[in-house]
Amino acid sequence: MLADAWHYIVTHPTQFGTALGVHVALSACALAIAALVAIPLGLVVARRAGWALAAINAANVGRTLPSLAVLALAMPILGTGFAPSLTALTLLALPPILTNTIAGILGVDRDVVDAARGMGMTAGEILRRVEMPIATPIVFAGLRTSAVQVVSGAVLAAFIGGGGLGDFITAGIAMMAVPQLLVGAIPVTLLSLAADYLFGTLERRLTPLGLRAA
Amino acid sequence: MISITGLSKRFADAAGPAVDALSLEIGAGEICVLIGPSGCGKTTTMRMINRMIEPDSGSIVVGGRDVTRVDPIELRRSIGYVIQQVGLFPHMTIAENIATVPQLLGWDRARIAKRVDDLLTRVHMDPARDRSRYPRELSGGQKQRIGVARALAADPPVMLMDEPFGALDPITRASLQDEFLRILRELDKTIVFVTHDIDEAIRMGTRIAIMRAGRLVQYDTPEAILARPADPFVEAFVGSDRALKRLSLLVVSDHAAKDPPPGGAPTVLQSLNLRDALSTLLSADAEVAAVVDAGGAIRGTLTLDTIRAAGDLKTEERR
Repeated sequence: MLADAWHYIVTHPTQFGTALGVHVALSACALAIAALVAIPLGLVVARRAGWALAAINAANVGRTLPSLAVLALAMPILGTGFAPSLTALTLLALPPILTNTIAGILGVDRDVVDAARGMGMTAGEILRRVEMPIATPIVFAGLRTSAVQVVSGAVLAAFIGGGGLGDFITAGIAMMAVPQLLVGAIPVTLLSLAADYLFGTLERRLTPLGLRAA
Repeated sequence: MISITGLSKRFADAAGPAVDALSLEIGAGEICVLIGPSGCGKTTTMRMINRMIEPDSGSIVVGGRDVTRVDPIELRRSIGYVIQQVGLFPHMTIAENIATVPQLLGWDRARIAKRVDDLLTRVHMDPARDRSRYPRELSGGQKQRIGVARALAADPPVMLMDEPFGALDPITRASLQDEFLRILRELDKTIVFVTHDIDEAIRMGTRIAIMRAGRLVQYDTPEAILARPADPFVEAFVGSDRALKRLSLLVVSDHAAKDPPPGGAPTVLQSLNLRDALSTLLSADAEVAAVVDAGGAIRGTLTLDTIRAAGDLKTEERR
């Protein structure tokens, strides 16, 4: 069966390459946009009690929505294709990054912030020199969760014509063709593991030395 | 150096004012200890000096400048700040922590590096070994040494210290108190020191400001407060052992007589305080002690009667 799947890839190189490319592009773009929105948003709302709570609640609601439902909801509004898939995946990627950014900033010891303020750091200096470096590992843990979610969630883009490796899986299921299904499923699994490994490594590398476990 | 006049602060959700028409003069080089029960307004008063809290009314003048007319950021960079929990930056090395304010002030690298090493030496740390370590590698006492070094970095004339030794074990606390008292005196800093520990106040303060419910109850030297508590509240606050506390402020050499001691008398070091000398006499069941110097040479005698007279608060009152 694996040999059949491999044979399919070898005989359809362009098709496979395109699907893989679209899948990676969809995931990477969704993650990048989500990070560019969620991290600054998290930094801004974290120290404003009411806003932070509202943001975390909204994010939690977002998390409970099934990925397929988000994609299905995107279709009537945005139509089909790459753009609606990207939008839906971005929404999917936002909550973990947002909640972790807020948690990371709120996790900074209040005494440390008090000392920084008492020594004459401006709010911006406290954020850049103290809060952000200390929150970095937690923000990256959020990115890691989002990355894995987006890579697997991108499979569903096939349902609304977004392309990606999900095309092979849906086709494989529709035609009861297990090898074709595996052509989609195995690379997606490997991509998820790779994303997890990549962000796990970044999380460790970017943790300031003083905060690493001895 | 610091002149506080009619200072008041009331927090939005509080029943009464946190600080109520407080006036206080702190001279240059003084260690002014603010003390009182929880909620008496001591920390609020201290935090208004560097505008961590904005006063409702009244004025605070530090070194001739009205603090409300100075940019708070610039003000805070010119005043040392030490808190009980230290608040070292965990992601920065010891050297980077100490360099914080000099860096904010834009000192050049070489000057900062030299200053860091000087300060580490001054607080009895080893620059070569400690400058690149991280806060998590330090003990509580070492952290507070770095906290004080960090506050001293830009050589501010005024330092605010909020229970800096409160989180330490009694032995570490006592040794750090002595050490910092010496350092701070050498550097001739004006210090506002908040504590709730009367023994610490007596040990560290050149003047003690006793506060209650936002008001100043008594402001005087430790000796005067022990001898003449202003009211029953202060008397209860300084404790029923105030006579003994007072003895602990007096040094043997100032009270020794020149007469040669009788044979077999217990010995006391001339640098001890009278409280420890009293303890030695009581445990030896003796009336007279031989006063000796660090080398062991006899310098005179100290009698139980002398100690009794020195510790007699009534005598002090008549003076």
